[in-house]
Amino acid sequence: MNSFADRFSTTGTAVEQRRIKEYVADEEDVSDSMWGSEAGFGTIAHGTPNFMVPTVPDPSAFLRLHTDDHADPSCRIKIKHGTTTLAFRYQGGVIVAVDSRATAGSYVASGTVKKVIEINPYLLGTMAGGAADCQYWETYLGMQCRLHELRNRERISVAAASKYLSNLVYNYKGMGLSMGTMICGWDKTGPAIFYVDSDGTRLKGDLFSVGSGSTFAYGVLDQGYRWDLTDEEAQELGRRGIYAAGHRDAFSGNTINLYHVQQQGWKFIGNYDVSEMHYNGPTGTAGYGYGVRVEGRSSANPPA
Amino acid sequence: MSIMQYNGGSVIAMVGKDCVAIASDLRLGNQSLGISSNFEKIFAMTERTYVGLPGLATDVTTLHEQLRYRLNMYTIKEERTMEPETFIHLVSSTLYEKRWGPYFIEPVLAGMQKTPSGAFRPFVASTDLIGCINFAKDFVVAGTASEKLFGVAEGLWEPDLEPEDLFETISQTLLNAVDRDAYSGWGAVVHVITKDKVVKRTLKGRMD
Repeated sequence: MNSFADRFSTTGTAVEQRRIKEYVADEEDVSDSMWGSEAGFGTIAHGTPNFMVPTVPDPSAFLRLHTDDHADPSCRIKIKHGTTTLAFRYQGGVIVAVDSRATAGSYVASGTVKKVIEINPYLLGTMAGGAADCQYWETYLGMQCRLHELRNRERISVAAASKYLSNLVYNYKGMGLSMGTMICGWDKTGPAIFYVDSDGTRLKGDLFSVGSGSTFAYGVLDQGYRWDLTDEEAQELGRRGIYAAGHRDAFSGNTINLYHVQQQGWKFIGNYDVSEMHYNGPTGTAGYGYGVRVEGRSSANPPA
Repeated sequence: MSIMQYNGGSVIAMVGKDCVAIASDLRLGNQSLGISSNFEKIFAMTERTYVGLPGLATDVTTLHEQLRYRLNMYTIKEERTMEPETFIHLVSSTLYEKRWGPYFIEPVLAGMQKTPSGAFRPFVASTDLIGCINFAKDFVVAGTASEKLFGVAEGLWEPDLEPEDLFETISQTLLNAVDRDAYSGWGAVVHVITKDKVVKRTLKGRMD
């Protein structure tokens, strides 16, 4: 541990501790944050958010011990997990599709989670891992993107926005942040997708899927993906990918949220019930389910 | 993760007026991966005794075969069918035999018990995986969705339900409970048992 560099660094855990100490020291002067939410802006009101961290010599090690990330599944602080999200780039823009299930252990805590975060009219972020982490930091990213617009009289590129997020989460590496996200949008360069996760990974690509059901979604996507998909075909592929994951993966399901990003910005296509897709499909005439498709086709699958 | 949750699945049994019902989901999984939506866990042991075996799938098959064997031996030697109350003791002792290496199953039993007068009374019971019997007057639950089943059943069950109403109650209880459990679901099956007939219905459930 380089204590000299630590003492004068402007990012990282040592700085957080210093801030806390300053905060605790001037108790006389009651700061605005003592009044609570500060008009809904929380700690962001002063420009940079700051968080209380455990007052131990090495907060990062302490948090690693008590927060659940993939390193240790049997720890104290449990974060809701289990998801399927996908996004792909094609001739007509970007398709973003996600499920809506939140589980805590085997308990289905919610079936109506919004896992697509609308950062601004041209940027979407997907949510996998810690729901609060994704929601908070992607909203924060939205604020920074707006400031970029005001400063530079130009919309931020998807590359720059995603890099801002990946650099930001890297500052908290090892402290238990858990997010796997796809930043999707349309900028000067056309449609773009960047995968960003809390390890600090940032990847540019045409096709991604994140979460416990991602393998199932990749199966459908790899099979049906072409660059020259029509808009209808592309939306159907996104929906079908999440359906497959919702069906097979215990931790994904309930409903599908489908978005389409084009030059004019993103558009919400619809919300589809996974079970409804299984039995009846999006048009109500042809279910996606295997059993539904083979029913009555042979003596091994007699009509119900 | 516990071995009891490896394959997933849940069973519930309820008492009605001169009838009992037993129901289960149809999922068989490998942890989070769903494998089959056609895995039945409820078995007819006699004409009026049904047993549900939620838990580790390999033990579902083994324990079912073991119970069938012992029940058949009893039937041959005694030249009479076994009553549900007797059967739950057979289940219990079969499980306790493996006290230090148990079958990972928590059986649920539903049946019509013959009274000395020759009439029949509804009977439900369950045991834990080493054979501790739980006799209940209302309903019994087991499996990965057991907590959720308890909650919904406490809310929906009432005494002296007629067979059709009991079917509706147990179906809604099971369907709604398994929708809150990641490891149960993928369809359901319900048996309603009265003194002279058994009605089996397969339910359409959520497939996610």
